[in-house]
Amino acid sequence: MFKRLIGKAVIYFLLVFCGLVMVVPFLWMVTTSLKSQTEINRGSVGFAPIENSIYCEYNGEKVKAEIVTQNEQTSIINIYDESGKSFKQSYVEVPNSSLTKEKKIKFHFNNFIEAFRKVPFGRYFLNTIFVSFCVLFGVLVTSSLAAYAFARMRFKGRDFIFYLFISMMMVPQPIYLIPSYFLLTKIGWINTYQALIIPWIANIFSIFLLRQQFKTIPQELFDAAVIDGCSRFGILWRIVLPISKPILATTAIFSIIGSWNSFMWPLVMTSSEHLRVLQVGLSYFAQESSSQTALLMSASTFSIAPLLILFLFAQKQIISSFITSGLKG
Amino acid sequence: MKEKNKFSPYLYILPAAIIILVFRLVPIILSFIISFFKWTIRGPEKFLGLENYIQLLHDVEFWQSLANTFYLVIFVVPITLVLSLLFASLLNRSIKFTGIFRTTYFIPTVTSLVAISIVWKLIFSPQNGLMNHILGFFGIHGLGWLSESRGIFTLFFDSIGIAIPEFLGGPSLALVAIIIVCIWRSLGYNTIIYLAGLQNIPNVYYEAAEIDGASKIKQFFKITVPLISPTTFYVLIMTTIVTFQVFSQVYLMTGPPVGGPLGTTKVIVYYIFDKGFGETQNLSYASAVALILFIIILCATMIQKQLEKKVQY
Repeated sequence: MFKRLIGKAVIYFLLVFCGLVMVVPFLWMVTTSLKSQTEINRGSVGFAPIENSIYCEYNGEKVKAEIVTQNEQTSIINIYDESGKSFKQSYVEVPNSSLTKEKKIKFHFNNFIEAFRKVPFGRYFLNTIFVSFCVLFGVLVTSSLAAYAFARMRFKGRDFIFYLFISMMMVPQPIYLIPSYFLLTKIGWINTYQALIIPWIANIFSIFLLRQQFKTIPQELFDAAVIDGCSRFGILWRIVLPISKPILATTAIFSIIGSWNSFMWPLVMTSSEHLRVLQVGLSYFAQESSSQTALLMSASTFSIAPLLILFLFAQKQIISSFITSGLKG
Repeated sequence: MKEKNKFSPYLYILPAAIIILVFRLVPIILSFIISFFKWTIRGPEKFLGLENYIQLLHDVEFWQSLANTFYLVIFVVPITLVLSLLFASLLNRSIKFTGIFRTTYFIPTVTSLVAISIVWKLIFSPQNGLMNHILGFFGIHGLGWLSESRGIFTLFFDSIGIAIPEFLGGPSLALVAIIIVCIWRSLGYNTIIYLAGLQNIPNVYYEAAEIDGASKIKQFFKITVPLISPTTFYVLIMTTIVTFQVFSQVYLMTGPPVGGPLGTTKVIVYYIFDKGFGETQNLSYASAVALILFIIILCATMIQKQLEKKVQY
């Protein structure tokens, strides 16, 4: 009994430890995004956004200050003005006894506003949302049509075409990135929305997933529909798609996650700023203002937030989607 | 179903087929062709034959990025495999809060690589990063992480006063930081996949083993490991393919210049990117590198498939 209890404790400890390792980077990202840059530069690493301020009794007033150098009896300080950002007086010598330290917790929500002001993240968000939805719509249409034909129709070359598609699914993106860049240059699509959308509106994996599902629908349903005078397209629209909603949701989830997080393709295919999607905008921001860590963490936070919220709301569906696709793939 | 129109099935696959043909099949074939030509953004200029490939053989940077990529695969894949099976088995043991653990582990899978790379870069910052802060509690100080070009084995043996030859130095500490992020990112997904596999193993096997008096550890190695092997091969192949293509982490966490310090984190996909879209814009050379990568991934997949056939239970 005692041994069992210890066993359980060890298991829980390991699981909780691993869970912490998974979420701590995100927690730290959020707490760092709420600190002031001066605190971070001063070496504040912990999770609480604690601000150490120094106050000084100066001419009978209590003023906020910053220590430049300090020796045993006196300190040289800079005194802040009312805004707390620039100095009213610099290099003032005061006795150490007039200095007091104060610690308080302060959340700098301003960082988020400032990040949005510095870089047009609003625009990047809209670009990403626009591209994601166009791709999603395209994928659902093209994949349903193709999967329906592959699963339910007989025609010459069907299996050949299907396996040709499947074999191309295995080819990693870096392999066709360079020729794609060349092709898109030739047709004048570099720096256009088409370049971000059109190549992605057909998804081989979605076709594969939907075909597997469509094959499981009993033939009697189709026969009955034909007797009732339903056309081929009518069967797809009125029968096949409505009963395949879960797998369509899975396809949609993969499509949205894929578009939202896609990085290398838009990085290569667009260079103008007004076409930047969120991930590309974020990466430029990271390279241009690598010292502005507080702002960087805020930008990372709000670029992760939409998908994270979507995930937390639909986590059962999303995780089981990944599992089914993993087991079928 | 009556065939009203012979062309009709083709009409259904046409939209998808056009896109796949133009934006997949053609580029894949083209990538092969481009690598044998001197090819600029305007088009082919001169047939080069195997010249690009011969040049590759003498390209120090290419070999270095290939070696770095192999380090990445060799470290990331086995560690991910073992850890995810371990955590999946723990989760499978009628534990409470399985749902919460599952959700927590899965978060890195759905978050963008760009954002998490930016966060991890700061975590590994030597001065105000979380990693050194935490290691400080255990008495480990002053690790340079992403700015440390010395190999981890060199660092380890140095600290106990033994000098080892350079080629045994292992991946640089900077590359180890990338390795950690890759494992962290893929662990959750693979744990969930393993968990699904474990739940498919019928309980009767364990009950029988229990009656025979087999210990939990023996049960794990004699029942779980063999029966889970199809999942293991899936995880093995997928993780290998993904790890060979690591790009964002290196692009965002290292440098400037990217791939630093001293090129010890330069990986093959970044090398392709750099050759093709960097200063030189050498499309044909980059295509040659891409083709080599493709062949390596193909070989790795085939070897693993062969292995799978041999180990089938």
